[in-house]
Parts: sequence; structure tokens; C-alpha cells
Amino acid sequence: MRAGLGAAVGLLALLPALNALPTDHALHVSDFIVSVTGKWICYAILALSLDLAWGYAGILSLGHGAFFALGGYAIGMHLMRLIGPRGAYGHPVLPDFMVFLGYTQLPWFWRGFEYFPYAALMVLLVPGALALVVGFLAFRSRITGVYLSILTQAMTYALMLAFFRNDMGFGGNNGFTDFKELLGMPLATPRARAALFYASLVALVAAFLICSVLTRTKYGRVLTAIRDAESRARFLGYDTARHKLFAFVLSAMLAGLAGALYVPQVGIINPGEFNPGNSIEAVIWVAVGGRGTLVGAVLGAFSVNALKTWLTSAAPDLWLFALGGLFVVVTLFLPRGLIGVFDRLRKGRAP
Amino acid sequence: MKGRALYLDGVSVVFDGFRALNNLSLIVEPGELRAVIGPNGAGKTTMMDVITGKTRPTAGTVRFGEADLTRLDEPAIATLGIGRKFQKPTVFDHLTVFENLELALKAPRGAIACVKWRLSGEARDRIARVTEEVGLLARAHDPAGILSHGQRQWLEIGMLLAQDPELLLVDEPVAGMTDAETERTAAMLVGIAGPRSVVVVEHDLEFVRALGRRVTVLHEGSVLSEGSIDHVQNDPRVIEVYLGR
Ligand SMILES: Nc1ncnc2c1ncn2[C@@H]1O[C@H](COP(=O)(O)OP(=O)(O)OP(=O)(O)O)[C@@H](O)[C@H]1O
Ligand SMILES: [Mg+2]
Repeated sequence: MRAGLGAAVGLLALLPALNALPTDHALHVSDFIVSVTGKWICYAILALSLDLAWGYAGILSLGHGAFFALGGYAIGMHLMRLIGPRGAYGHPVLPDFMVFLGYTQLPWFWRGFEYFPYAALMVLLVPGALALVVGFLAFRSRITGVYLSILTQAMTYALMLAFFRNDMGFGGNNGFTDFKELLGMPLATPRARAALFYASLVALVAAFLICSVLTRTKYGRVLTAIRDAESRARFLGYDTARHKLFAFVLSAMLAGLAGALYVPQVGIINPGEFNPGNSIEAVIWVAVGGRGTLVGAVLGAFSVNALKTWLTSAAPDLWLFALGGLFVVVTLFLPRGLIGVFDRLRKGRAP
Repeated sequence: MKGRALYLDGVSVVFDGFRALNNLSLIVEPGELRAVIGPNGAGKTTMMDVITGKTRPTAGTVRFGEADLTRLDEPAIATLGIGRKFQKPTVFDHLTVFENLELALKAPRGAIACVKWRLSGEARDRIARVTEEVGLLARAHDPAGILSHGQRQWLEIGMLLAQDPELLLVDEPVAGMTDAETERTAAMLVGIAGPRSVVVVEHDLEFVRALGRRVTVLHEGSVLSEGSIDHVQNDPRVIEVYLGR
């Protein structure tokens, strides 16, 4: 297992190098493959974060896309500030959309975002703070199961509506785009693509290791206990609301990190990222891969997105049906997802 | 151990106009083993819910030593030293017997403390001792989900032991057990009481007789009779509502 994971990471790490080979080289990998794989790596981090909340702690969040989007917006604000006077209106400080909307000065909550370390901190703190507030209220009032799912879904929907508004100061329905550079590195160049790819890969490995260490501690077993019989855990003296809150906030921060790595790669962030459908798709990745196993979450993110990339070009009308069908099949026949299938195959082959 | 008494006075619980507990008063002395019997719906489980903070009483006083239990939530009451075994055995199916006991083991309960927790040799020994006491040594590394009904009941009792509470509430520990298992469970509970107080709810009168301690009979949410098993079995009111059927 461990060797397989190492090999997979090694293979991924080769992609940007192969992309640098001359185009007529037999091993050349296209720009498209590198950029699409870079996105999947971010999705895999999102899947890991969701699996920590859902697979381990039993918190079926249908709003994790919101944490992802907030992380993306946080880095997007930094990227917007870095454009400086190079915008279409040439304003020395204000991003184009603010000039267009008649802003005369930068709103207070934009201050500090010109500094990368501050923006990087916000990438974690903003989703974390939202999760802290929502989780605190929900877990204290013992909102669980389908009610919690609806609540998180409503959260991302409300944020989508809010971010669509021009007067929120986040660019309305156009969001942010036309980014120029990050950390002194011009974007949309092969070098930037490779750098962001590697940064995402390192983040994925780190997130995987953090989750894997965490879930192996007694805390991980407490989460499992809460997932399976929360009230029993309470009678053992565990303040389950706090334990869930800890996992939920950590999970939201990981999702924010995923979004922050994603946005510079795709070059745009807009309120569509808060679309409730995105959060549901992430749940399907985890379910398909196998909830409650970290490898399953990553595997699910890669395989469902590979299918999506292929199908949306081969037969675009079919994608949503395929996604729905996939979810039904997995729920009915493969409760442990692809990981469960592999396990069964391996056991079947063993003497 | 200083020992604290459990004290219920005038406790009532009303569900949608229905009185599950009706002016119930009961004192359990430190170190006492008390059996509570009563027909279905008498309010036995509700009484445990009130003591452990799951249900808030509509009226009345519930104290454990100095602590007012009506103001605390479940984890706080558990931390105070009150452990509970449920009527329907609930163990953590996806965790092994060992891991179930490890979670129950007396230790700091916070998230960070659980992340930092390392199993010491002492903790390991203690878990091994409890596993042996409840007869599950051979199953220590099996997931709790595959245990038999009787073994699940014992695992729950083991979790109580690992928790090392001052007061144990045990709801119908022998329901669905064979005679041999029942006998063994009675011996287990007698062995547990002494340094701790134990309240056992049970329908099985043979089992209550085997415990050989003071018995409280509940009926329609209040105490109908209290005394030795012979005393309550000969109490005409008890015969009428419960034993006479
Ligand atoms: N949450 C609740 N809402 C409404 N009614 C309840 C609730 N919990 C218990 N009751 C009612 O209160 C009464 C007492 O229930 P309780 O479970 O305490 O009885 P019991 O003595 O434990 O019975 P048994 O021997 O069947 O376990 C029953 O009539 C039950 O239907
Ligand atoms: Mg009962």
C-alpha cells in the first residue's frame, strides 16, 4: 500500500518534467494533462478534508465547496492586489471592478491582502472561522444527520447569493480574473504551471500525512466512536460537540488550502464556485473512492474527475446522468467504494 | 475514596402530558449495590436518563454528593464519576474490544489530549486486567461488531470498569443472556460494588435474588416498595401490579 502510494506520487511528480520535453519527444506530456492533473490534485485535497469530516467524524457536510471557494477568494484577493496599475483602468490601487463600480478607496477588509503571508493566513483562517461559527452553533444544538447536511448546503447557497452581489466588494458575478503573477512569478507560463503543480502535490502529501497521523491517534478513534454512536461517547465523558468542532474546523482549513492552490491554476474565481452542486460532487468523489479511508478519498477525487474530463468532452450531455448513476450504484452496491472493491479482489486472490 | 451518595427527591418527568416519573425519591448510599425492578414502562430507564443528564426533570432535585446533576450535561456528569450501561448494549462496532476499553479508560477527554495520548504500559495493563475480568481476553483484538450479544453486554460492563466511575448505572444487563451468562454477570456486578455504588435495573428476579441486596420497586414513575427481595416479593401492592401477573 505504502509503496503504491509512493509510486503514484512519484509518477505525478514526473508530469511537469515530461511536459518540459520537446513536443515531438515520445514521452512528452501535453500542457493540458499537466494543468488538468494539477486541478485534480487540489480536488484530492478537498476530498481528503471532506473525508476527515464525513468518513471519520460522521459530519456529512454538503457545503465543503464553500470552504474551498473562500480559500480561493482569499488568494484571489492577493492576486488582484498584485495586478496594481496594470489593470484596464490603470488605477494604482483599486482592482478594475472597483473602479468600474465607482469605489474611491479600498474596502477595509481588503487591507493586508497585498502581503502574501497575510493572504496565506486568511486562506486558512477565513474558512476555519466560518466552520467554527457554523459548527459551534450546529453541534451545540445537536444538529446532526440530514439536518446538518441541509444546514451546510444552505450555508454555501447563501454565500453564493452574497458573493453574486456587487456591493459585497468581491467582484460580483464576474469574481476575480486576469491575474498577473504570484510570488514574483508570472502566471500562465510553463514555469508557473510546474511550480503550482508541485506546490499542490506537496500540499496533498502533507495533508495526507497529517490526516493519516491524526486518524491513527486516540482522537481518530474518538471520531469513529462519535460517528458510530455519538450519545454513547457522550456518556463516556467525551464532549462530542467539541471533538466534532475540532475536526470540522481543521477540515475546513484543508478545503480552503485546496481552493487557494486551485485558483491560481485555473486563473479565475467567481461565485459559481459556491454552487451547492460542487459540494455534492465532492461528496460523490469520497463515496466512490471509499469514505473513511484516506486513500479512498484521493482515489475517488482522481477517478471521478478523470471520468468527468473524458465524458464532458466525449459526450457532454451524459455527464450529469453518469454522475448521478455512479452515486446510486456506489450507494447500493459498493458501500465501501473502490477501496472496498480492491480489498475484495485482493482477498479473493489470497490463498 | 470519600464516597458520594446519589440523592433523588420529588423528581418528575413529563413527556407530552405523560408522567414517566412521578415524584420519585431515592437515595443510594456510597458503596451500595441497589437493584431496581418494575414492570415495562415503570420509568426505570427514564430514571437513569435523568441521573446521566440525557433527560431534564420537569421538577425535583437530583444530586450526586454536592453536585446538582440537573445543571450538568452528559460528558460533565460522566467526568464527575457516573458511568452507565445501556439497556440496548451500545459499543463501538468498528473499534476492537481493546480500543473500546481504551476510549473508556479514565484519562483526559479533550481533543488535544486525545491527539497527544500515548498508551502507557500502565494503561495497557489496566485494559488487560479489565478484559480478563469480563472474560474477553480471547476477543481483545476483534471488532466489537462481531461479538455475541452476551459478550457485548460484558464489553459494556468492561467499559464501565475501565472508566472507573464512583457510581455505575446498569440497565438490564442480563436481558437475552443464558443462565450461565446471567450467573457470571451477577458475580461480576457484586465484585464491582463495594468501592463503587451500583444501581442495577433488571426484570429477572432470579438475577436480583442472586445479587442479594436491597431492592426498589418502581411503578408508574414512583417507588412502590423498597426492602429485601423477600420483603418486596411479599408486599401485596407489589404482588398486585407486578409479581402477581
Ligand atoms: N423520550 C420519550 N418521549 C415520550 N415518552 C417517553 C420517552 N421516553 C420514555 N417514555 C415513556 O415513559 C415511560 C417510561 O419509560 P422507561 O423507558 O423509563 O420504562 P422502563 O421502566 O425502562 O421500561 P422497560 O422495562 O420496558 O425498559 C414509557 O411509557 C415510555 O413510553
Ligand atoms: Mg428500560
